[in-house]
Amino acid sequence: VKVRARWFIPLAALPVVGLLAYGFRTDPRAVPSPLVGRPAPAFELTTFDGKSLSLDGQRGKVVVLNFWASWCYPACYEEAPVLEAGWLRSQAQGVVVLGVAIQDKQPASLEFIQRFGLTFPNAPDPAGKVSIDYGVYGVPETFVIDRRGVIRRKHVGAVTEAVFREWVEPLLGESAAAGEPRRTLQEGRSNDRRPHAAGRTATGGTRRPEGPWPEAAGRTG
Amino acid sequence: MNRVVLLLGAWLVVLAMTTVDREVAGASVSDEDVHAIASQLRCVVCQNLSVADSPSEMAHQMRDLIRERLAAGERPDQVMAYFVQRYGEWVLLAPPARGLNLVLWLAPFGAVAGGLALVVTLVRRWRRRSDPAEPVAPPVMDLAERERLAAELERLPD
Repeated sequence: VKVRARWFIPLAALPVVGLLAYGFRTDPRAVPSPLVGRPAPAFELTTFDGKSLSLDGQRGKVVVLNFWASWCYPACYEEAPVLEAGWLRSQAQGVVVLGVAIQDKQPASLEFIQRFGLTFPNAPDPAGKVSIDYGVYGVPETFVIDRRGVIRRKHVGAVTEAVFREWVEPLLGESAAAGEPRRTLQEGRSNDRRPHAAGRTATGGTRRPEGPWPEAAGRTG
Repeated sequence: MNRVVLLLGAWLVVLAMTTVDREVAGASVSDEDVHAIASQLRCVVCQNLSVADSPSEMAHQMRDLIRERLAAGERPDQVMAYFVQRYGEWVLLAPPARGLNLVLWLAPFGAVAGGLALVVTLVRRWRRRSDPAEPVAPPVMDLAERERLAAELERLPD
């Protein structure tokens, strides 16, 4: 009995140590978005210069949807020139960069746009509806939406050249023909166990019709 | 004729019910109803605060959105489902008790049961060990002993 006890205590500690070792290596803020691989929620905003800006208006283009704020220093300040350069370089090929300023004061947002000479469309989201619709929980967060309107990537933190190279430009080669939205390899596993699947069956057919969720419309019909 | 009247009456009743229903849905979103949902949602920009408790702008916007959706006639579970759809189960302060989450819900009970089992076995073992020994009676001094003790203590050098 004594020999067994001598080994039992350190052995019992092993799984705990293993769990802690795993837990401390993961980033508690890295929450996978359930939206990756799904159609991007539609929105309609008014840009700072008074023009209408909607996702539907960008159909067939690869959309880089960036959520930012003027108070978000330094990440938003780092990415602003990258976004502008990416927009200038690839808009002719069918990329559109859209900026949404969230939880920001309008004069501060305008100053930010002027400071970096941003030429891509930028709009405020005064009630926060678009940012909540996209499950945004901080700034900067960026969504890459493919030509068919499916969210393919969510990037948390400052956008870098590598994001354009690896996640935006490869999507230009795809066709805009609407088909079954493809699940991306990235975060594909988290999508398979979509937590809201249960919520949807519970809500049944009385759900408000929402454009960006064709599955809901298709299954009830 | 009777049938027509009956049908008309039924139609009126249905109409009245739907309008009442819509009015109720639109007008009576109380602060409690909003709070009931907001208190179950995680404030996404905070550490360990619910949407109901957080003073942040994002939580404020979420509370407005909850109110708006309830006013539009959505049921509380539909409003919750919307947030789960956008933020994942992570947004729920109490993870639903199914799948792998069950571990989370059952672990405390398992720990208590394990602790109880440990205490029971240890107590039993201690008892078994002390059993063979003679039960030790507390020493009782009678008057003679007490006098002798006092006398001997007095004889001790200071």
